[in-house]
Amino acid sequence: MNIEATKDLLYRMADDELIIGHRNSEWTGLGPILEEDIAFSSMAQDKIGHAKALYEIMHTLLGEDSPDKLAFGRKEEQYRCCHLVEHPIGEFDFSLVRHFLFDHSELLRYEMLKESSFTPLAQLSKKIFGELKYHVLHADTWMKQLANGTEESRARLQSSLNECYPLALAIFEEGDFEKEIIDSGVFTGEGVLKEKWMETIQTKAAECGLTLPADDGSEHFGGRKGYHTEHLKPMLNEMTEVFSLDPNAEW
Amino acid sequence: MNLKMNKIKEIWKVLENVKDPEIPAVSVVDLGIITSVETSDDNAFVVMTPTFVGCPAITIMKMQIQKQIEKLGLFNQVEVKIDFETPWTSNRISDEGKRKLKEFGLAPPPNFEGTLTMEELAKVSCPFCGSANTTLNSPFGSTLCRAIHFCYDCDQGFEQFKPI
Repeated sequence: MNIEATKDLLYRMADDELIIGHRNSEWTGLGPILEEDIAFSSMAQDKIGHAKALYEIMHTLLGEDSPDKLAFGRKEEQYRCCHLVEHPIGEFDFSLVRHFLFDHSELLRYEMLKESSFTPLAQLSKKIFGELKYHVLHADTWMKQLANGTEESRARLQSSLNECYPLALAIFEEGDFEKEIIDSGVFTGEGVLKEKWMETIQTKAAECGLTLPADDGSEHFGGRKGYHTEHLKPMLNEMTEVFSLDPNAEW
Repeated sequence: MNLKMNKIKEIWKVLENVKDPEIPAVSVVDLGIITSVETSDDNAFVVMTPTFVGCPAITIMKMQIQKQIEKLGLFNQVEVKIDFETPWTSNRISDEGKRKLKEFGLAPPPNFEGTLTMEELAKVSCPFCGSANTTLNSPFGSTLCRAIHFCYDCDQGFEQFKPI
């Protein structure tokens, strides 16, 4: 197994989980109804738990810093998250559609990773896969509900889908070591994942009577190489504020 | 050999004293989160696996397990490890554990084979009146391991320990 290649994959996955987890937590206290307040807060807790478990593997087996240092002690350009997860929560329709697109990619990704040649990752993925089912069930239920709601709810979903879909396509931006990762059997690759995801999303969107926007060629790549949107820095500043006061504090 | 078996038995016994801080009615043994108990010479070695990856109660349960075994005075060193080698599923909750969950007011998760389907996630009997005439309100509840359901027969909401 190529250590550098595996670390690169794990950084992309863990950073996605951490950043979407923090964004989800921004709904705490603000959800449109109590159940949604709880749902987004619970998903935040799950996602940050997943990030921590991935950082833990990197720390104990691949020689990286402690999970806290990895989560809170890096510079913006060291994060490998995709742009989709960086955007502010916006209105509920935006957060819902992002959650729908992102979590379907997660469910498929971790299902594939159950077969990873890197055993600790395969074991963790089995566990995470089970939890993600609830995230997807939540997203699908609300998508159907609101797509069959009022003219406004359907229009809002469609408009958020138009905005989020091009961003979501960049979830599958490859890292620098894609070939090594595939050859060593650690992961089947972003290309295969993207195909499976597009098939799922096309079916689900059609069931909801929503149309996927045409590929307008706009690319939102860069996240996997450390180039981020203007939204990430302010979020990181807020997220790391307490940690930065005293990075070596004993908690 | 007998001595070793007895020591292992003693450990399982005190593990019953470690409760889930979020559901104090059930112990770590009832929940099935202990995946291995071993001893060698004067050392004890326990492996546990979290119910949910992000479970905030895991560290405190680990500390309590450590303390309970140390209190036995049988071992020089006690090591408690958390890993995912044997992944936790709700099928690992014992029948006794399920009974205690119900008594606590939580619908226990149904046993399932193979992969859990989306339909199975919503199929739950009310822990209060036993009716199957219920609906899933939200797959997320007051803790990571709970979902919120509603019973049409006794007209009240209830929580379920999620099947996973």
